[in-house]
Amino acid sequence: MATLKINGTEYTLDVEPEMPLLWALRDELGLTGTKFGCGVASCGACTVQVNGNPVRSCVMPVSAVQGQEITTIEGLAESSLAHYEPGDLNAVQKAWIDHQVPQCGYCQSGMIMAVSSLLAANPNPNDAEIDASINNVCRCGSYPRVRKAIRAIANA
Amino acid sequence: MKISRRRFILSSAVVGGGLAIGYAATRPSGHRIANDTLAEGSARYLTSFLRIDPDNRVTVYVNHSEMGQGSHTALAMMAADELDAAWEQVRIEQAPATDLYAAGDMAIGFAGEFGVPSFLMPLIEASAMKIAQIGNLQTTGGSASIRFTGQLGMRVAGAAAREMLIQCAAERWGVPADECTTALSYVHHNASGQSLSYGELADAAAGLEPPDAPTLKQRTQFNIMGKALSRVDIPAKVDGSAFYGLDYKTDDMLFAAIRLAPVFGTKLVSVDATEALKRRGVKKVIELEDSVAVVADNYWRAKEALKEVSAEFERSDNDSVSSADIAARFDEELTRSEGSKDFEAGDAEAGLTQASEIIEASYRVPYLAHAPMEPMNCTVHIQNGRADVWTSTQDPLAVRGRVASVAGLNERAVTHHPSYLGGGFGRRLPFNWNVIDHATKIAMQFSVPVKTVFSREDDMQQDYYRPAVTSNFKAGLDANGNILAWHNRYTGPIQTPGAAHIPYAVDHQSIRVVDGETHVPIAAWRSVDHSQQTFFTESFIDELAHRAGTNPFQFRMELLHKHPRHQQVLQVAAEAAGYGRNLPEGRALGIAVQESFGSICAEIAEVSIGPDGKPVVHKVTAAIDCGWVVNPDTAKAQIESGVIFGLTAAMYGEITIKEGRVSQNNFPDYEMVRMATSPEIDVHLIESGASLGGLGEPATPPIAAAVTNAIYILTGQRIRELPLSKHSFRQNSTLAKA
Repeated sequence: MATLKINGTEYTLDVEPEMPLLWALRDELGLTGTKFGCGVASCGACTVQVNGNPVRSCVMPVSAVQGQEITTIEGLAESSLAHYEPGDLNAVQKAWIDHQVPQCGYCQSGMIMAVSSLLAANPNPNDAEIDASINNVCRCGSYPRVRKAIRAIANA
Repeated sequence: MKISRRRFILSSAVVGGGLAIGYAATRPSGHRIANDTLAEGSARYLTSFLRIDPDNRVTVYVNHSEMGQGSHTALAMMAADELDAAWEQVRIEQAPATDLYAAGDMAIGFAGEFGVPSFLMPLIEASAMKIAQIGNLQTTGGSASIRFTGQLGMRVAGAAAREMLIQCAAERWGVPADECTTALSYVHHNASGQSLSYGELADAAAGLEPPDAPTLKQRTQFNIMGKALSRVDIPAKVDGSAFYGLDYKTDDMLFAAIRLAPVFGTKLVSVDATEALKRRGVKKVIELEDSVAVVADNYWRAKEALKEVSAEFERSDNDSVSSADIAARFDEELTRSEGSKDFEAGDAEAGLTQASEIIEASYRVPYLAHAPMEPMNCTVHIQNGRADVWTSTQDPLAVRGRVASVAGLNERAVTHHPSYLGGGFGRRLPFNWNVIDHATKIAMQFSVPVKTVFSREDDMQQDYYRPAVTSNFKAGLDANGNILAWHNRYTGPIQTPGAAHIPYAVDHQSIRVVDGETHVPIAAWRSVDHSQQTFFTESFIDELAHRAGTNPFQFRMELLHKHPRHQQVLQVAAEAAGYGRNLPEGRALGIAVQESFGSICAEIAEVSIGPDGKPVVHKVTAAIDCGWVVNPDTAKAQIESGVIFGLTAAMYGEITIKEGRVSQNNFPDYEMVRMATSPEIDVHLIESGASLGGLGEPATPPIAAAVTNAIYILTGQRIRELPLSKHSFRQNSTLAKA
């Protein structure tokens, strides 16, 4: 049994302790906003936040995140806004719409989770800091827009 | 735009759905079924692509897959503009997978005017397939959605509907139709001050005969087209709610992990699954002809259990084949075979004889995987003699047919449920069936939905690859540096005719193709043959420019005097990139241009060599003439995307064959451009007013040569083999300053 606190709700799951968080989220809980991309922590499509830090859920065993605050794309706005109402978006999600960042969109849950973590820790990152923290793969090549959107948030 | 009356009548003859081109006359049954599928409540159909509800909402049924290219939005914009609809009241729905929405007849039907889209050509040539079969596709590919469905389907549908609504209002008011105007989903008669909403007219208008040849707007009349409207699919892609094939989930579903024969084309011999079957959640181990699959109640459990399965596959003649063998075979074929004609002009052999100098060069590119972000997957639920399918596909209709044929069902008993695609790039086109076939065969053993997922490693090793190609050039220059003859022999097959042709004025040309078939399966890969061929031709022309002592921009411009559109994209790109300016120390500009999928794209890459000896691409300036633009922002996004896709291939892309199988496994050994290596991209859209060109692919071909042409200026090293990660460079400062 594993007890996971996801987006503010506690779930008790009958899963193996070594099951990666990704598959507990997707196949056990039906939280499919978090994506499977590579399974080896390379592409970042599966990025969630654990206590606000970006974590690649495809290699993170559920036993390692028990009792910690797990945030997925579905709960991101609620976790980052002081006054949240259903349907609200956080600043990164809004900037993603303003700058029309996603194309196929598949990598963007992970991208948005990673960028939200970065900006929470460093509200005005320079290019080198962006490059060092955001190494998610986007096969559609949304990178120039990701950078523009981060800049816009930092300068807001 | 000109509408062929003869063809258009075919497409408009049926009331209540009559605008799907060709089907009114040729497929009444498919037509009826489509209407049955779509009809709900009091909704009436003015055309197959549009629905207008009494509450004045307009629904546009889009028969193409949204895989990031923004065509759902752009196609709806085309219909809505011609309809004069209020954009805020337009909804977009994925059209169901039925014959009515097949794109093939449309493409074939208009072939005389526009040419068959190149992505369909190989299908016609390779298999001599009947046109009827080609028509039974609902393909998204060939940068064709806007050009064909948009122009010939959406706009015509919108315009026809608008004329019917006007006719209906005019009859009701007893006024001449030409006194009526439309705006924002209303018909107005200004003289009498009367107005009716489209919703109020829809029921009655549906009873009218659609016009034979509705008048399309001139570009100056556009209200919606040409605007950078926000994409409708983006909000769902920022909050995790966008639904992809892999996201289908039910409580009772099962998950399959699969191991396919590592050497293509071999069969499974034996399996020992004793340990796997003991593992938690495992329901069954399934042996298929060429693979073994573990089915469990969670994908991870299935995948872990699969590791415990030992499987033996048959030996084959290909077990020892390596990339080096394939390259040697290509070289031998190029030496031995005269090949078949791709393009001939004048007398190339004579031209070479007259030359004062002959330049020869051999170029080579490896196999490439598509690696879309969403790993390949397919959920099939077979019960009570029917099947439901969830899979991200570039052709829902073809998937329906394929599942039906594998499962032994009638096509009508199979439903494909639409989803967004986590990338396509050609991987999700028809004929790349492995995941569909295996998922169907596995699901046939259960009565609950079974989701078969290819791991990233499976996807990398069981793709249908961009072909490896070798291309050998010979050119003859006269004493003044003029090209007398252009001689090119390359390994095939040809998937997109014309990709190896050059726009440059060379009187004597001989371009021939030899057999390049191996046991490695191949398919279309974003821009198809253009990505390899443009690297070859635009590199070799650059070699000739340097040899002639003319700067590569000027050299091209002079040889393009019969191609003003090419000249213009080069000119615009050169000016925007500051071609000829003093660059920062250690940087150079490389240039390339290619026409593909109806658009002409020039790219200029600003490059330096990093301290690690690897090239750094700082900025790419792209200028594209796609005729005119439906949505400038999604157009720019496609150019950015195409550049980065091509840059990833140029920098890192390489699938190698060892012992008959693919060596690469996952992103760590099939690297991608990421934030840190992504250049700034400056896009210039040129609206020449020519026929609408594609945008999804044309930006991919030029980038490799643009980068390697810059590297030559920087280092004096001519790169004739990709990827760049195989090479190391030292900057030659003398050359860089020259």
